[in-house]
Amino acid sequence: MASNATDYIKHHLTFWNSSHEGGFSSLHVDSFSVSLILGFLFAGVFAYVARNAKLENPGKLQLFVESIVEMVDTQVKEIFHAKSKVIAPLALTIFCWVFLMNAMDMLPVDLIPMAAQWIGFTFFGADPHHVYFRVVPSADVNVTFGLSISVLICIIGFSISAKGLGGWIKELFTAPFHASGPVGTILLAPANFALQMVELLAKPISLSLRLFGNMYSGELIFILIALLPWGVQWLLGAPWAIFHILVITLQAFVFMMLTIVYLSLAVEKH
Amino acid sequence: MEFNVTLLGQAITFAILVWFTMKFVWPPLTNMMEERAKRIADGLAAAERGKQDLEAAEKRVADELRQAKQQATELILAAEKRANQIVEEAKDAARTEGAKLVTEAKSQIDQEVLRAKEALREQVAGLAVAGAEKILRKEIDAAKHADLLASIKAEF
Repeated sequence: MASNATDYIKHHLTFWNSSHEGGFSSLHVDSFSVSLILGFLFAGVFAYVARNAKLENPGKLQLFVESIVEMVDTQVKEIFHAKSKVIAPLALTIFCWVFLMNAMDMLPVDLIPMAAQWIGFTFFGADPHHVYFRVVPSADVNVTFGLSISVLICIIGFSISAKGLGGWIKELFTAPFHASGPVGTILLAPANFALQMVELLAKPISLSLRLFGNMYSGELIFILIALLPWGVQWLLGAPWAIFHILVITLQAFVFMMLTIVYLSLAVEKH
Repeated sequence: MEFNVTLLGQAITFAILVWFTMKFVWPPLTNMMEERAKRIADGLAAAERGKQDLEAAEKRVADELRQAKQQATELILAAEKRANQIVEEAKDAARTEGAKLVTEAKSQIDQEVLRAKEALREQVAGLAVAGAEKILRKEIDAAKHADLLASIKAEF
């Protein structure tokens, strides 16, 4: 049973990799395709609603979409005071997409992997033991870092567009410690630069690892619960699933909020 | 933890999604919501204006009603006054007319009296002369004493 359990867990935590050797040029087909489908689902539903939005007598779907848009809009307006056309759609995309990716955790842990194994075995003659499918994209560091590095690029872009390239570089060396004379400025420059780099890099790392950690641990606990005898699974599974609804939403919200905060910090002058 | 091209794929998908949201989702939705908010605000303002208009109209109605009442009262008062005046005038006219009639009657009466007195005097004078004639038939010659008779007649 012990080796079985280990195998089961290992199998569940292995990605469907496009190449057996791995390496940088390989692709996690499962997390990439699921995140792509979910992204298109979000974009499709929202674009459909936006296209057919009615001023009077909005439908239930429109009201639902509007309430999300309203929530994001309120947050952005409260935190981000500069003018930007990008930040609100960016925040909306992050919230909805991350939420949908996290929500994949709510699917039964074996449902999609089993289906993938069956399809692989039946149609492609694959060995079921070598068919892997991880369904929660946000439990993949590649996905979370893909998001957070994009956010980092946005932070740098916002900084440069607000302060100019020169202004931004100057700030990297002259803040947070200010010196009065030129000698002091030069002396403080390395310390300032080191601090600024830490500050800059800590943002995407904390963003992505927070999301990844939450989702990975959630998934892992679902897998562990799935190892229990089926009669008692609900005893732990139900509370954990209910609690996880909160985690899923909260993590999506936190990712969005922090992105807005970071971007508003980026355009502020020190 | 193993980084591979999935990261890049995710970032590209993300960029496309953000662009798509920026282009096709956010502007139409927020514009529509703003438009709706504006319409609601306009509606509320219109309702408020309507209420104020109604209040003003009610006030005007009350004012005009009061004015009309006042005018009516004034008209009634004027009419009463005029009626009194007419009555007074009629009374005055009647009084003067009466007085005139009385004066006329009085003067007529006076004339009648005068005429009667004249007639009486003449008759008395005649009678006196006739009596005197009868008494003095023989002694008085009408021709002789004509002067005397006339003076007597005049004295009456």
